[in-house]
Amino acid sequence: MSVLSADNLSVVKNDRLLFDKVNFTLAAHGLLYVKGPNGAGKTSLLRAITGLLETEDGGVYFLNQKVALQRTLFHQQLVYFGHKLGLNLRLSALENLVFWCEQQNIQVSQDDIYGILGELSLVGLEDVPVGHLSAGQQRRVALARLWLKTAASLWVLDEPFTALDSNGIALLTKKVMDFLHAGGAVIMTSHQELQIEYPRQELVLEYRI
Amino acid sequence: MWKWLHPYAKPERSYQLCQTLLPWFAVLGGLSLLVGTFWGLAIAPADYQQGEAFRIIYIHVPSAILSKTLYCTMAVAAFIGLVWQVKTAFMAMVAVAPVGAMITFVSLITGAAWGKPMWGTWWEWDARLTSQLILMFLFIGVMSLYKSFEDPQQGGKAAGVMAMVGIINLPIIHYSVEWWNSLHQGATLLKMDKPSMATEMLWPLLVCIVSWALVSGAIFLLRLQNELLRREIKRPWVVALVLNNNESNNTASAVNKE
Amino acid sequence: MTPVMALLKRDLTLAFHQRAELLQPVIFFLLVITLFPLAVGPNASTLQIIGPGVIWVAAILSSLLGLERLFRDDYQDGSLEHLMLSTTPLPLIALAKVTTHWLTSIVPLIVLSPLLAIFLHLSEAMYWALLATLLLGTPLLSLVGAIAVALTVGLNRGGVLLALLLVPIFIPLLIFATSAVDSAAMELPYTAQLAFIAAMLLFALALAPFAIAYALKVSQN
Repeated sequence: MSVLSADNLSVVKNDRLLFDKVNFTLAAHGLLYVKGPNGAGKTSLLRAITGLLETEDGGVYFLNQKVALQRTLFHQQLVYFGHKLGLNLRLSALENLVFWCEQQNIQVSQDDIYGILGELSLVGLEDVPVGHLSAGQQRRVALARLWLKTAASLWVLDEPFTALDSNGIALLTKKVMDFLHAGGAVIMTSHQELQIEYPRQELVLEYRI
Repeated sequence: MWKWLHPYAKPERSYQLCQTLLPWFAVLGGLSLLVGTFWGLAIAPADYQQGEAFRIIYIHVPSAILSKTLYCTMAVAAFIGLVWQVKTAFMAMVAVAPVGAMITFVSLITGAAWGKPMWGTWWEWDARLTSQLILMFLFIGVMSLYKSFEDPQQGGKAAGVMAMVGIINLPIIHYSVEWWNSLHQGATLLKMDKPSMATEMLWPLLVCIVSWALVSGAIFLLRLQNELLRREIKRPWVVALVLNNNESNNTASAVNKE
Repeated sequence: MTPVMALLKRDLTLAFHQRAELLQPVIFFLLVITLFPLAVGPNASTLQIIGPGVIWVAAILSSLLGLERLFRDDYQDGSLEHLMLSTTPLPLIALAKVTTHWLTSIVPLIVLSPLLAIFLHLSEAMYWALLATLLLGTPLLSLVGAIAVALTVGLNRGGVLLALLLVPIFIPLLIFATSAVDSAAMELPYTAQLAFIAAMLLFALALAPFAIAYALKVSQN
């Protein structure tokens, strides 16, 4: 059964057709890799899939049902990692993640969060305001969501490897692989060549004038 | 409603519709404007109380009536755009707004000019003038919100929400200002509208009102066409249109040369 | 804790962290009101006449100052995206945000109002009327204001545009509120004015959260 599919998806921005009639079907265990030059609309495609961006035409289907008709279910199963990290710079990593879990209705203890932040090499930085962390560390905090939301079946990741060191890339690659093996579906974009040893579908977007 | 509207949701069809309607609005509007204005300013009898000064009503009243009508038109367009997600409706809204603002401005200026002989002052905080002033702010708000966005589609939606907020508020504003006015001014002011108007004065006024509606309709159609072309400039139908125009121009000039 | 309560708690905590920014509208409010006796003279009867109007105009203007902050940070750092992808309905989130604005930017003004009543020589009856209009009317400022803020959040230049959008909309509120205080000054009943304000408030309470939610969606495009 397809976890996520797009049917003739088109997005217009600034009166410019970013992409037109994008189709794909992603099953459980599936990895979709979105490629394309800058400005081709990779980020817009991911945002359109999550429903943040309004589409001009076409539909997105989650478990063969239109996403627009079952937002709550879709949001329960989705983790989105975008350009903007969604972390308040004045709050600590811990406060940010606790707040996110509350918004997502995820029951976790503070100890769990400490454990996950430790796994992401953020020991001792849990209570520092996120604004004081380096760019890479901030992204690690945001990525902790992948560890926290165990009920998710779909990850939408926009450039997840940016600003991570080699250790971070290895950690994330392993997490993505584990998730895929466990039956999750992943959509991601990346500027670097993807280092994941896993069969994948590719979707190439071209820059259009 | 949807079925009737649907074909015009396509920019191309809207453009053609504008093209068909435009000559009617322009010709009828222009003619009736000439007739109405001449009739009102030169032929109709002077008012026994206000003398010749009253003739400004042939400009003031049509503009005052039309300004509110145009705000309603704008809000209806916004509503269609927001509810049925019709792109051209937002373009229509954007095309109406400056016309409405300009006509509101005319009604303010003529209202003030009328105030001078009537009340002996250029500006009186009269209920109508005050609501007209607020109406102009509402128009300007919608326009500047639209202009602030880089993406015209996003701007259209945002301005549409503001137009809806405005139209809900308009009756409240109107009512509250009247009420405020009655509190502070009492009945000391001369009422602007006479309960009865002589027919020879009324007819030219009606012609003027109709002509103003037609002329602003024509300006609106032109603006909508512009907006459609500007926004759709890269679409095939605009390209085809331009090529067609060039061709017919070329053949016309070729005929002339011969 | 329910998600909405958690959001309220977080926003109030954040507001408390930025106390300096929080105080700005209050100080602005106080400054504007201090200017008036200096401008028109300290004559008690003049001040009493213009007092209610001055307080309400100042309240509207300083509420605009606080409004700009309402969605700014959450929009810029992307928290808004995550709120929109949570399971909580967006209008509820909007309502929580409006509540935060009212509690942090407006309640301090109301707390300050007895002082202003003394500054502007309002009689006791006038003060009670003023307090009633402030309590009923200011939530309307937050509710309707939030629509315009949500529309302009992506523009990075709220300021004047926000004032242009909102001030005309707030005129009926200003009229009813000041007239209620005027009536109190003349020892007339002012329930009619309060009823109007209450009606507008209920109306806005029913519609504004949806308008804010839609505006926030538009801001993401």
